[in-house]
Amino acid sequence: MAKVLMKGNEAIAEAAIQAGCHYFFGYPITPQNELPAYMAKRLPEIGGCFLQAESEIAAINMVYGASGAGARVMTSSSSPGISLKMEGISYIAGSELPCLIVNIVRGGPGLGGIQPAQSDYFQATKGGGHGDYRMVVLAPSTIQEAVDLVMDGFDIADKYRNPVMLLADGILGQMMEPVEFKKREAIDLAEKTWATTGHKGDRPRNIINSLFINAKELEDHVNKIYRKYEQIEKSQVRVETYNCEGADLIIAAYGSTARIAKSAIEMADKAGIRVGLIRPITLWPFPRDSFKKWAERDHVKSFLTVEMSKGQMVEDVSLSIEGKKPNYFFGRTGGVVPTPEEILGEIKKVMGGTRG
Amino acid sequence: MKKVFTRPKSLTGKPFHYCPGCTHGIVHRLIAEVMDELDIREKTIGVAPVGCAVFAYEYFNCDMQEAAHGRAPAVATGIKRVHPDKIVFTYQGDGDLASIGPAEIVHAAARGEKISTIFINNAIYGMTGGQMAPTSLIGQVTTTSPYGRQVDQAGYPIRMSEMLATLDGAVYIERVSVHDIRHIARAKRAIKKSFELQIAGKGFSLVEVLSTCPTNWGMSPLESLDWLKDNMIPYYPLGVKKEAE
Amino acid sequence: MNKDKGVVFIVARVTFDEELCKGCELCVSVCPVKIILMDRDRVNKNGYHPATVHEMDKCTGCRACAMMCPDVVIEVEK
Repeated sequence: MAKVLMKGNEAIAEAAIQAGCHYFFGYPITPQNELPAYMAKRLPEIGGCFLQAESEIAAINMVYGASGAGARVMTSSSSPGISLKMEGISYIAGSELPCLIVNIVRGGPGLGGIQPAQSDYFQATKGGGHGDYRMVVLAPSTIQEAVDLVMDGFDIADKYRNPVMLLADGILGQMMEPVEFKKREAIDLAEKTWATTGHKGDRPRNIINSLFINAKELEDHVNKIYRKYEQIEKSQVRVETYNCEGADLIIAAYGSTARIAKSAIEMADKAGIRVGLIRPITLWPFPRDSFKKWAERDHVKSFLTVEMSKGQMVEDVSLSIEGKKPNYFFGRTGGVVPTPEEILGEIKKVMGGTRG
Repeated sequence: MKKVFTRPKSLTGKPFHYCPGCTHGIVHRLIAEVMDELDIREKTIGVAPVGCAVFAYEYFNCDMQEAAHGRAPAVATGIKRVHPDKIVFTYQGDGDLASIGPAEIVHAAARGEKISTIFINNAIYGMTGGQMAPTSLIGQVTTTSPYGRQVDQAGYPIRMSEMLATLDGAVYIERVSVHDIRHIARAKRAIKKSFELQIAGKGFSLVEVLSTCPTNWGMSPLESLDWLKDNMIPYYPLGVKKEAE
Repeated sequence: MNKDKGVVFIVARVTFDEELCKGCELCVSVCPVKIILMDRDRVNKNGYHPATVHEMDKCTGCRACAMMCPDVVIEVEK
């Protein structure tokens, strides 16, 4: 298919449809409204089901039911709505159900604002719901990457029977970029013999459930889920490293912020300061090894984590570099988007040693 | 002699965990009998609630899903939209449906989801040890209304069937009881009708079943049947609340 | 029901899966011929006195007890 200019929210919706997702349950919330609207138009055209639920809580539970019935299914929302879905997400992980959850992040906490932010990192990667569980969290920085990650996301969700979150932000949701919906060779995914399809007597009945009243059984169940997470950590880490060879300072940033950081890096190069970038694409599983490797390089003097938040991923960066080098932080939040100049200013401060 | 009454195939046979005399067990059996009679066990998917019936997925001998508290109608919506040709029912208590889950049941009914809901109203939270429910009667003593439910503090009990009957998407709503043989037979007819309407694809139906909770009412099983008849039925009148043509 | 020449005719029979019984006595209250009683001499594995019938010949097979039982303890033949 040729490239087409599309708004992020709509491109994400189209990518999901092309990935075989024909069921969408959502609820209105800025800045992701174009996504459900697109689904409302497109899904009926292909015999799919679009349903605007009465709340995000109802929507995520519809996803639970549809996924448990064997369908590729997704929902989308933004920060406050994602908070409402957290209990449902914990149930989905606990019942080992695949689905895609899109969070077009906006300024928080509380009602917050509608401008772009990254202040849901903890919620997404450290489990906003209760209990031991993880979501695979994919963070695109371009609309093309968002499209590709949506398609990969459904495969990862089905392969590991676990919820996958696409963590974007209001910039990616609202801006337009040329995208291509690449045809992909279908990976061989196991048939969903576990789904509740009405068993026609040809198999034992299926039960979708996360209740284990016996503690040992629950522990065994959680351990089984965590063996999947070990597989995911081994095989699903995605990270981009840019301009790190010989860099004095490495910026850690993801999503839209990483693109802004690249502009700052180019400006720093012109000013004779060699700055690299490590851009996690999977926020979980976090690319610990990449950070560890570069932290051990002598030429790397320090790290600067830049986020549209008060500092959340910065903790995972610090954990990864294990104190080998200092890890500074710069962030704007509330929906304020940092500028390349601001980041360049921080770079100079770090390089000039005037940072505490 | 031939068997004229045996355990329905649509029950797994696992003994119920319910308290002695709890009428949940009767309603489970009625649903299973209906599933056998309509021969739909192998095309039915049930949704169990959180509450005393949280283990219902171990009792109904068909595909089951366990829903979060109050969300069974949403889960059922997801299942039915994926498998419109299958039979989907939710089994919910009054805490699940009338307290945390009214939005889900109201909108499932308003959308006319082609599912059947069996709503057990025993005017109390059973699983968690006897708290006041939205259906607890005025003056009813519970662990969270120790002086009896006070209207000025906890408002009025909710008649869910009448409320849902105002929704056009609901094609059949009836309130029944299981406090004696005649009413049990009546309850079974209502449950069967609800499933038949779903098979015919007519729309949303709900059967509210007045039920007992001997343990948390603090009465014997037999006394609780009388208490239901003398106290609940006057406030929750039995009968058909909605029947679309 | 009849007792011709000391011969007892059984027209119907109820069997209790006594281990499932929780001694709630609902069946006792609905039996039209009042033949169900709680077996005070025995306790099942859950510690309940199970319901039982001694005068099976009086059973009419009306199924009231089985309909009223919350634990599917009773099977009826006729």
